[in-house]
Amino acid sequence: MMCNDARLLLHAYLDDELDAAQSVAITRHMQGCTACAASYADYVQLHKAMAQPSLYQRAPDALRKQWETPKQAASPVIAKPRRGLVGLAMAAGFAGALLLVAPMWLYVLHPRGADTNLVADEAVSSHIRSMQQQHLMDVVSTDQHTVKPWFEGKLDFSPRVKDLASEGFPLIGGRLDALDGHSVAALVYKRRLHVINLYQWPSASAPSAQDITQWHGYTVIRWASSNMQYVAVSDVNEDDLRQFVLAFENDAANPPMR
Amino acid sequence: MPADFQSTPFRTNADRSRNFEVGVLPYLDAAYNLARWLARDDMDAQDVVQEAMLRAFRYFDSFHGTDARVWLLAIVRNTFYSLRAKTSPVGMHESFDDDVHTVADEQPSPEARMMLATDVGSLQKALEKLPHPLREVIILRELEECSYKEIASITGQKIGTVMSRLARARERLKTELTQQPSEARRHDVQ
Repeated sequence: MMCNDARLLLHAYLDDELDAAQSVAITRHMQGCTACAASYADYVQLHKAMAQPSLYQRAPDALRKQWETPKQAASPVIAKPRRGLVGLAMAAGFAGALLLVAPMWLYVLHPRGADTNLVADEAVSSHIRSMQQQHLMDVVSTDQHTVKPWFEGKLDFSPRVKDLASEGFPLIGGRLDALDGHSVAALVYKRRLHVINLYQWPSASAPSAQDITQWHGYTVIRWASSNMQYVAVSDVNEDDLRQFVLAFENDAANPPMR
Repeated sequence: MPADFQSTPFRTNADRSRNFEVGVLPYLDAAYNLARWLARDDMDAQDVVQEAMLRAFRYFDSFHGTDARVWLLAIVRNTFYSLRAKTSPVGMHESFDDDVHTVADEQPSPEARMMLATDVGSLQKALEKLPHPLREVIILRELEECSYKEIASITGQKIGTVMSRLARARERLKTELTQQPSEARRHDVQ
């Protein structure tokens, strides 16, 4: 065996990836070649050094919590009403216990009817689909004056379009979508690497408070104002999405562009 | 478009979640470790893992293999490169040519064998200096203890490529970690 071959094969030897014949050949070579033997000794030293446990980067707790169901919750609780229970639980002194048994990602924060859940599910599923290639945007523009007219004639209402770049949520485009049996306008915003989908469609229902749902790392916020129903979906954290909704609502309070 | 709402996976959420937790979640540390070493930044790594886990969950139904760890690590790797392609400007990407990045000729001078700095700090710095194609193989090999075959499967490369890149990675590390007495400490071009 030549040094050139040995230079490559000694790594495979170190990693125990050689067959018996090759192993014999490389050990023979190293017996006769001090340079390769010295080199091998260095790599053994390096290999051992790489085994130091602090080099291994374990997942931070925050990340882990988003995905883990605590052991007690063997059967995940779906749509568990909490608002009423928390007071009760705290009175009974086991609020901590309640938090432990509630898997974050199945936790529905507020009591709701079945169809509200359905909209949240649909919204998440629509968001996921929109993330697949070519689905995200029909009109690509960071200009609200381009995005808004694009919807004209495609919907029987005029959606509220606002660029929130100054708030850290730049508008990047929009598309038509369907949700809860309606044709809806979907506006696409960015938050760093993340995408936020904001769905809106007209509804006669009275302005309502925000309704927040978590599902496997996605947050869905649903609310109604000025005869419009809004659903915001994203994998950004809940605080960011709340901030987004706040920014959008603040903006919408100004006279909407007609 | 409304028609395919029926095909969404939400009906069997609970089952899927349980299977996912048992089959994939145990490899969250492995996923983060790889993402962290590729991204070299905690927040970016968390973004990569979050996105990778969502992808994994989305495609979980189509996973019929036996090794969920290898499957997840491949997703993490792809996610990292696709997010990176989206965010970094064109031209920022390092191109890696296996023929150009040839094995540096070592100058065997056994009489003056250098000491290697093997403390965690030096190792960390040296590892972060490696180009991505070399860093991923050495991390998968040494920290994840993957076999060559597993690395080949995760990175979509031939076993021969894995072997030569691993050799190259170790040679670069050795050069980087060799403690030189003089101020003329050599830095490899990245």
